[in-house]
Amino acid sequence: METINLCCDHITSPISKELHVLAVDDSNIDRKVIERLLKVSSFKVTVVDSGSRALQYLGLEEDNNSSQFDDLKVNLIMTDYSMPGMTGFELLKKIKNSSTLKEIPVVIMSSENILTRIDSCLEEGAEDYLLKPVKLSDVRRLKDSILKSEGAEIRRIQSHKRKRNNDRLPSSVACHDLSVPPPSPQQPTPKLARL
Amino acid sequence: MERNQMQMHRQIATIRKSLFDQGYLDEQFVQLEELQDNSNPNFVEEVVTLFYRDSARFLYNLDQALEKRPLDFSRLDSLMHQFKGSSSSIGAKKVKIECTHFRDYCNARNTEGCQDKLGPSRRHAGPDKSFGF
Repeated sequence: METINLCCDHITSPISKELHVLAVDDSNIDRKVIERLLKVSSFKVTVVDSGSRALQYLGLEEDNNSSQFDDLKVNLIMTDYSMPGMTGFELLKKIKNSSTLKEIPVVIMSSENILTRIDSCLEEGAEDYLLKPVKLSDVRRLKDSILKSEGAEIRRIQSHKRKRNNDRLPSSVACHDLSVPPPSPQQPTPKLARL
Repeated sequence: MERNQMQMHRQIATIRKSLFDQGYLDEQFVQLEELQDNSNPNFVEEVVTLFYRDSARFLYNLDQALEKRPLDFSRLDSLMHQFKGSSSSIGAKKVKIECTHFRDYCNARNTEGCQDKLGPSRRHAGPDKSFGF
């Protein structure tokens, strides 16, 4: 029905796909471990060894406004704090100052339990600060919180769209409570909260 | 299961337990074991191999740094910080502790302390016992 198409644009939900994490760490051992932790927790993982490589991947090169950006869509960035060159903190700032990237949650990982450091990271917009060595329970907790906020964001977008469309259409055909976009058959059913 | 195999499994289990009891390994090592499964059957071995390679490189760099006079404490501290990170990630508890002690000496600008920690004996005798290798 045409009306439904007008009201309920199919939103590609990140919840129905695997969440994609970009992990940044200069230590090869830590990269290997974090990659495994994330894969075991059903994330799609990309691992890089520096802040500048992370920015390259995210398409923040000066001359490059990557059109591939959507395919690479990163749902979460996890970065080590102490890295040579660009620190995790500097990377965090660059991401939060970028109009295209600032919505991506950033988690800092560090072996050092320094309150002032934790505070400044959180103040700068970090989602969380994990003490190394990072454990499976940390990753699971993170996943829950990311899924919750992604779900909330989608609900917000959908309800905004519904409202906008309702304002345009005559009230007799306005949408009511079309809460769940039909899941695409090829994709796994989302485990999480109904939208 | 064949008798010999059973004996070997028992031996391995005993050695493994003693590594924990003696404080060489901590719960992070268990975490690594938990990450191993049929899809990644050699995960622990791979990580430990990476660690040994890292250690070799680290000891070499440390050696170089300790030759210099005066000692560059901030370089030494930075090396130790990295190595401490690696050892912590695999659950090498004793190594991690030794790194902390070394860094304390660095912070105190204690040349003697740093030298003692590694000792001239290490170069001749091979892996340093205090690092639990």
